[in-house]
Amino acid sequence: MAEPLLHVQRVFKRFGGLLAVDDASFAVEVGRITALIGPNGAGKTTLFSLISGFLAPSEGRIFYRGADVTGLPPHLLARRGIVRTFQIVQPFAGLTVHENIAIGAHLSRRSRADALAAAANVARTVGLGDLLGCPAASLTVAGRKRLEVARALAAEPELLLLDEVLAGLNPREVAAMVPVIRALADNGITILMIEHVMQAVMSLAEHVFVLAEGRIIAEGAPQAVVGNAQVIEAYLGHGAAARLSAAGGAHV
Amino acid sequence: MLSPGILVPAILNGLLTGAIYGLVALGLTLIYGVLHIINFAHGALLTAAMFAAFFAHRLLGLDPYLAALILTPLFFALGYCLQRFVIGPAAHGEDRNILLVTLGLAVVIENLLLYAFSADTRTLNLDYAFNVVDLGVALLAVPRVMGFGAVLVVGLVLWLILSLTDTGKAIRAVAKERLGAELSGIDVGHVYAVTFGLGTACLAIAACLLIPTYYVNPHIGNAFVLIAFTIVVLGGMGSVMGALLGGLFIGVVESLCGLYLGESLGQIGIFVMFILVLLLRPRGLFGERA
Amino acid sequence: MRAPSLLHIALVTAALATVPFVTGSNVVLNFLAVALVIALVGQGWNVLGGYGGQYSFGHAAFFGTGAYVSAILQVRYGLNAWLAFALGIGGGALVGAAIGALTFRSGLKGSYFALVTLAFAEVLRILASVAPITGAGVGILVTLDLRPQAFQFQSRAPFYWIILALVAISLVIVRLIEQSRFGAWLVAVRENEDAAQAVGVDTTRVKLAAMTISAAIAAAGGGFYVQYFLFIDSGIAYGPWISIEALLASIVGGIGTVFGPLLGALVVKILGELTKLVTGDAPGLDLAIYGSMLVLIVAFAPHGIAGVLADLRSRFARWASSVVERAHG
Repeated sequence: MAEPLLHVQRVFKRFGGLLAVDDASFAVEVGRITALIGPNGAGKTTLFSLISGFLAPSEGRIFYRGADVTGLPPHLLARRGIVRTFQIVQPFAGLTVHENIAIGAHLSRRSRADALAAAANVARTVGLGDLLGCPAASLTVAGRKRLEVARALAAEPELLLLDEVLAGLNPREVAAMVPVIRALADNGITILMIEHVMQAVMSLAEHVFVLAEGRIIAEGAPQAVVGNAQVIEAYLGHGAAARLSAAGGAHV
Repeated sequence: MLSPGILVPAILNGLLTGAIYGLVALGLTLIYGVLHIINFAHGALLTAAMFAAFFAHRLLGLDPYLAALILTPLFFALGYCLQRFVIGPAAHGEDRNILLVTLGLAVVIENLLLYAFSADTRTLNLDYAFNVVDLGVALLAVPRVMGFGAVLVVGLVLWLILSLTDTGKAIRAVAKERLGAELSGIDVGHVYAVTFGLGTACLAIAACLLIPTYYVNPHIGNAFVLIAFTIVVLGGMGSVMGALLGGLFIGVVESLCGLYLGESLGQIGIFVMFILVLLLRPRGLFGERA
Repeated sequence: MRAPSLLHIALVTAALATVPFVTGSNVVLNFLAVALVIALVGQGWNVLGGYGGQYSFGHAAFFGTGAYVSAILQVRYGLNAWLAFALGIGGGALVGAAIGALTFRSGLKGSYFALVTLAFAEVLRILASVAPITGAGVGILVTLDLRPQAFQFQSRAPFYWIILALVAISLVIVRLIEQSRFGAWLVAVRENEDAAQAVGVDTTRVKLAAMTISAAIAAAGGGFYVQYFLFIDSGIAYGPWISIEALLASIVGGIGTVFGPLLGALVVKILGELTKLVTGDAPGLDLAIYGSMLVLIVAFAPHGIAGVLADLRSRFARWASSVVERAHG
């Protein structure tokens, strides 16, 4: 089997007395869309921050393309190909959409003109082509989410970490965003996504990890995972799996 | 050099001075703890309060301790209005703007004082300024001992206000969680203004306590405020206890340094300590994250 | 505001260069020379504060270092004035890099950064007021030597052209930054450091570079100041006046724009002169007016004069196009 693109090995993260990530180990295969799901407070965003360098693990190692990248700062990881988006969107509010995306494009381009040109292309692929000159602060939530993805895309990542990129979108907006994400994967970008919107997880993800209270409690194909009793209990509480099957089969 | 006869008075005097530093720092830390802004105008406001106390005596014959009764509410009102009608609105909520606005205010106040009263140094000559309390082991100036007592009283009163009154609870709520407080119906703009007013009121009291033994000129506030900043950073931004204890600590340190090192180097020492604490531990020993 | 081109900069510089031919008045030249010094130091501040979003309240640290290094090298070591000037710029840049390294690696931002820069400037001021090498309380007098080789001139005009040239260079530098990747990164740092890091920006290094450039430009202002007035002391070199006027010039003129500091410096200085005409030479009033300006600009025109002009221009453009539409309709 090919070496995984990302290998998280027995990672712990403590904040004072709180153990946010507890002995998490998993691997992300190249070219796949992998989802990281779990109830609120499970530690998913903390895990993202660890993988993308915004936090350093208290214990454990993180390997990227075989190299140990534990503790490297975010900008170095970005240059190696790991780019993240933020759960609460972080636009460059005072800049236009075009300039926002261009910052991402500058990762691999020196010239302003090149970066702006590449940014315009990326904008078109995510559907922001008409809004290039608009101030980022004037976009709707859906627009800002697209901007977040576009900026990350412009940095030409190998591993794209999408943190709840569908949160706050209405069903129509979600339906519009899903093909955009799939297209990214089709173009060879490995995607690791945190998501609560289950329909997206089911339709996009090829492999799912479930995080609860900082530990990975299940993994596998989406269908298998959501039927897993432990997973149901993590979301719905103790005894929920039994109640649901008694009421006529778990239905997600 | 280390004989108790010299050390003990130095330490005791340091504590007395430190109490007043603590009071100045208290205002600063209160404002930071609730509004989360660093009030660059604090020094200028202290200077203004000291001029007010000075002229209260010069023109009205008011003893500083009596003047405090008038100046405290006056400066509370001044602080309230400054925050409510100048700083709050001008800043449009942006942190960077608040920085600039408080700096602008500081420049305006200090230079208006300079323009109005020139750079001359003035002192009050009060008959009791040189009375001393004889503790056997040390002789302590009466005004400074009274100052120490007054600071303790103010600390207690402030604590009572914050714990027992509705306004105090509102202040603590806003300090902890502004959005939640707002959603619970608390008028955050009013709370901010009250807090700023309390901070300025502390300055008025400190000014009245200082004026019997200190000179006043348009730049005097800065010296105190720098020390206050150091105390606040050392004791923790937003920590009332940290401000008072830190004040006492710095007072003693300054006294001992002055004993062994002399005036100018002492001043630099405070700045250097300030910079070091900022660089190494901006949270201070008691406070919240920078 | 649309970025001005090199042509714009050249035109403005050329226009300003004609002043000594239009008027022989020393008063005017003096006034403009000082205003241009403020514009220069303000432009330095602008690189770090306007584009980088890090507001320094202690730019006097760099201005003063440029001045003192230049003066000390000339007076105590007999170095050539031009060389001393250049080394003064280097000294300022070094101080900037040092302070930047300390503060940015500690992660200081916002108010804390402003505070610590203020503290550094004050430390330098106190040190300069007691250290023998800086002349302690007396200051340093640069020996009168009215030859171009000694960076001194008989008339004001050459001085004026030199400071104008320095300002023009700073305009070009800022414009180049604006058009470069470094400039894009710098602005990204200003807007959102985390987001910038996530797409590969080394925010600490960018801030450090901006600080160093900013300090060098400010130091050039200090070095020129000492040649122009031939005297420096701790209050002039490291005093709050220059820290405040520099940042005020940037903010009034238009923070984060190429011409902002130049525009702002001229406006601020003209206002200062008008004030003196009306109220006489009493100390403090001009700074009090500057403080009020700061508050008013932040409250009502946060993008400064440049912002107001840009706003008017876009309103005019919209009005003009609506007129055209109606004419065609």
